[in-house]
Amino acid sequence: MEQWLLEILNTHKNNPDALIPILQKIQNKLGYIPEKAVGHISNFFKISASKIFGVASFYSQFRFTKPPKHSIKVCLGTACYVRAGAEILDSLEKELGITCGGITPDKKFGLESVSCFGCCALSPVVVIDNKVYSRMTPQKAKKEIKKLRK
Amino acid sequence: MKIKLTIDDKIVEIERGLTVLETAKRNNIYIPSLCYYPGLKPYGACRLCIVEIDNMKGCPTACTTYIEDGMVVRTNTEQLQNLRRQVFELILTEHNKTCTTCDKNLRCELQQIAAYLGIEKLTLPFIDKNLTVYEEEPFFNRDYNLCILCGRCVRVCEELRKNAAVDFMFRGIKSVPGTSFNKKLQDSNCEFCGACVDICPTGALLEKDFKESFQPDKVITTLCPYCGVGCSIKLEVRSPKSEVRDEKIVRVIPDIDGPTNYGQLCVKGRFGIKEFVHHSERLTRPLVKKDVVAQFIGLDKSSDYKSFKNTDFVFVNWNEALSLIAEKFSKYKGSDIAVMSSAKCTNEENYVIQKFSRAVLKTNNIDHCARLCHAPTVVGLAKTLGSGAMTNSISEIAFAKTILSIGSNSTSTHPVIGLKIKQAVDNGAKLIIINPKKIELCKFAYLSLHHKPGTDVALLNSIAKVIVDENLQDAEFIRERCENYEEYLKSLKEINLDETEKITGVKKDLIIEAARIYATEKPATILYGMGITQHSHGTDNVFAVSNMAILTGNIGKPSTGINPLRGQNNVQGACDMGALPNVFPGYQSVTDEIIKQKFEKFYNTELNSNPGLTLTEMFKKAYIREIKAMYIIGENPILSEPCSKHSECSLTELEFLVVQDMFLTETAKLADIVLPACSFAEKDGTYTNTERRVQLLNKAIKPLGESKSDWQIVCELAKKMNQPGFEFQTPSEIMDEIAQVAPIYAGISYKRLKEKTLKWPCPDDNHPGTDILHKDRFSRGKGKFVPVSYTPSVEQPDTEFPFILTTERLLYHYHTGTLTRKVEGLNKLKPEELLEINPLDAEKLNLIDGNFVKVVSRRGDVRVRVHITENTPEGTISLSFHFAETKTNVLFSNTALDPVSKIPELKVCAVRLEKT
Repeated sequence: MEQWLLEILNTHKNNPDALIPILQKIQNKLGYIPEKAVGHISNFFKISASKIFGVASFYSQFRFTKPPKHSIKVCLGTACYVRAGAEILDSLEKELGITCGGITPDKKFGLESVSCFGCCALSPVVVIDNKVYSRMTPQKAKKEIKKLRK
Repeated sequence: MKIKLTIDDKIVEIERGLTVLETAKRNNIYIPSLCYYPGLKPYGACRLCIVEIDNMKGCPTACTTYIEDGMVVRTNTEQLQNLRRQVFELILTEHNKTCTTCDKNLRCELQQIAAYLGIEKLTLPFIDKNLTVYEEEPFFNRDYNLCILCGRCVRVCEELRKNAAVDFMFRGIKSVPGTSFNKKLQDSNCEFCGACVDICPTGALLEKDFKESFQPDKVITTLCPYCGVGCSIKLEVRSPKSEVRDEKIVRVIPDIDGPTNYGQLCVKGRFGIKEFVHHSERLTRPLVKKDVVAQFIGLDKSSDYKSFKNTDFVFVNWNEALSLIAEKFSKYKGSDIAVMSSAKCTNEENYVIQKFSRAVLKTNNIDHCARLCHAPTVVGLAKTLGSGAMTNSISEIAFAKTILSIGSNSTSTHPVIGLKIKQAVDNGAKLIIINPKKIELCKFAYLSLHHKPGTDVALLNSIAKVIVDENLQDAEFIRERCENYEEYLKSLKEINLDETEKITGVKKDLIIEAARIYATEKPATILYGMGITQHSHGTDNVFAVSNMAILTGNIGKPSTGINPLRGQNNVQGACDMGALPNVFPGYQSVTDEIIKQKFEKFYNTELNSNPGLTLTEMFKKAYIREIKAMYIIGENPILSEPCSKHSECSLTELEFLVVQDMFLTETAKLADIVLPACSFAEKDGTYTNTERRVQLLNKAIKPLGESKSDWQIVCELAKKMNQPGFEFQTPSEIMDEIAQVAPIYAGISYKRLKEKTLKWPCPDDNHPGTDILHKDRFSRGKGKFVPVSYTPSVEQPDTEFPFILTTERLLYHYHTGTLTRKVEGLNKLKPEELLEINPLDAEKLNLIDGNFVKVVSRRGDVRVRVHITENTPEGTISLSFHFAETKTNVLFSNTALDPVSKIPELKVCAVRLEKT
């Protein structure tokens, strides 16, 4: 087991109820929850791997595959939706050749939809690698992708 | 105190603590339910068991509502039925399948409820889940398109099996039971016990050949033929309907009323039976070697006999085979001949076999495989307590405060006992594991002590030393019920814990903590297996265990005791029946003149008063031709005996060898005559399980071909040899004779067993049987302390042979694999022998997982694939002995014997590894 994981587990020693914070810490470190880490948690706390995966898979915040290099989140919350957020999503799907929720084969881009970022005044918004792009249009969005491709 | 309540105008009087659903069930009032299952915690998921209860809001679920005095419950009103129909329709939206194409059709709980509710038309749309069906896994398929999320499988795996191999994954409409990362079951911690398949209400979890078991013609309750737990099973049998369709066992399910297993089984019992019973390699006619036939009836005629497959055996009829054996056997003196009985045979068969040896062949040279497993227990505990069997019952384990498990990997060898241990831990017991390897149960353990193989005495003596030093012993118990305490104390004086730490490799603090827990948190029980007995100092190990139990007074009370877990289904019975060289049935010594006379009078013939040869000695004598003929029943010593090359040579040295078995085993191939015995499913009888419980075995199908049960064969052979006293018509008559000669079985008869299983000693017809031995008095009078000192195992690692090889058993195979290796699914789960080795050792030898190595000992070598695991400590490697291709036993010595019980050292052997 890697040292950093052991440290995380040790901080929650004797408290298997802290499963969710543990999973979050792992995801913060790696960007996802790998199978190996679940095995280590299982051995450490003596709870079965399927139970841990059951908890983790219940929450949409956890992912189990390596994250793409660039994550693109299109807001489809009410304000963005009425200002044609869905069209931005459509055009990005075409541009990247994947459907919403997918990852490009080269693992470079991942496309997701989100229901509100809490910045409706800037709608429609797209968040690329945690940077908010406001007043987006399909063309602008495509441009950003092309920049990242370079 | 009972309480009164009304259900559907019926006044019910019943004890407190039940749910409304259980109360209704007991009073034959039907309430539909899908998620409820007896033994599982109330769950309230399916919402079908809703009822109306006066003064309660809404419609509570009957499965989660506990009864109260004066409650008025209605289960079947128009409103309820309407609600149920709506709930049921919602369930059906996720169950999009046509019943007629479903294997579960007509046996589906969903279908039954649909009929009960009178569902005619579905108004809600279906959701097609479109999930892939898991068909790659052995024994059963998982089709979650049919799943209704009742959670029974998830709950049984977690609550009853304590395994949690499956859980609910994802959420909302995507919820589905599954494994971590959707792995195949064989890559998860699933044990394939089949508990989830047994209780799935729909066709989601279904045996691959479930269709075959549709409407079985009969269901026979009988006993599992594998380990010593003695689980009760039900065989579903299809009768022959035409010439093409033979009588067949179509399914094996657990018996929910089984007194040891309560509806639980392990993979071997659940899925590993029908294939070997109906295997195409089963012997169905007597076989004789060609040259023996030629000798016997003349060379010219021998060509009339058809040969058996591509072997040098030919088929003969029973009369010819038995006449031939009778003629040959009658030529030998008692001292020339030896008999190997079987712990797989029933009590009645073992009784008849020992009677045949003693009364017809005039020899006490009879033994069976207990010599290789619990001979030290039988001898050791007889000396210290007076009786060499489990002192307490399996069910008591669940209520112990402390469980000390030493030298036993219960979850593999006795899975249902493993379950009881897990339950005990759940009930708050502290589990102490003493085992060189990290076993499955370590996950449940409070303390795990990993000692070097063969250092048990040093470790146990040190625990005792701590108990005495800290004054934790039960002084009153010792004063009143034990003897030789002073001597024992003297022997403990010289023990030094630092020294023990060096010898055993177990930290001093752990030893002290284990001692404190075992001595103070009572009741404490000791469970042990072959890790204790299979040593050149096996009897000493047993003494050390026994000393510890009587030192703390942990014996003769519920949930305490010394509990040797016996390996074979009837090894306890075979010992009880006197299939041992030194005792008549009921452990009555052959050297005791009065007892000998009693048996001579009863058998109406002269008997031999010299104790016979033990199994290990028989082979040595055969090698030097002092034993000339052998009769081996249901055993495969070529794989089970140590130093298999030697046993093979010994058997070829014999002038005449008869083997009686279901299959042409490695041993049977060497025989002159092979007699086809039938399987457990084809005979009546009794087995005595590890807790001394005598249970009935019931015949489910007719014997295959011309095969016969062992007792019939032996009786017919005795008649051929003109010996009276073998005119038994049924096993029940044999049991009556056993009751007459063996005092511990005196009160046991088929009539009583049909009503209730009985645990010996059961001295008379009204005796209820004995759950706990040594209650007020030890069988031998006083409990005896036997001082023992640590002697290292015979073979120690050195520069030439640097590793210690130890042996273990796997969950998926059994003994020499004669039965389990015939089962496709079990072979899929464990196709070959794997040598377990620590990563550090592997690194030194430059090995990676999957490499082949040659394991070399002073006596032989085997080639085997490597599995690298931290479960095995550094310096130790381990192998099983289930695989004929990898004859582990060639490595072991047959000269390193325990001086008292003659058990060979099968747990410690010095070896080296060579990369190939």
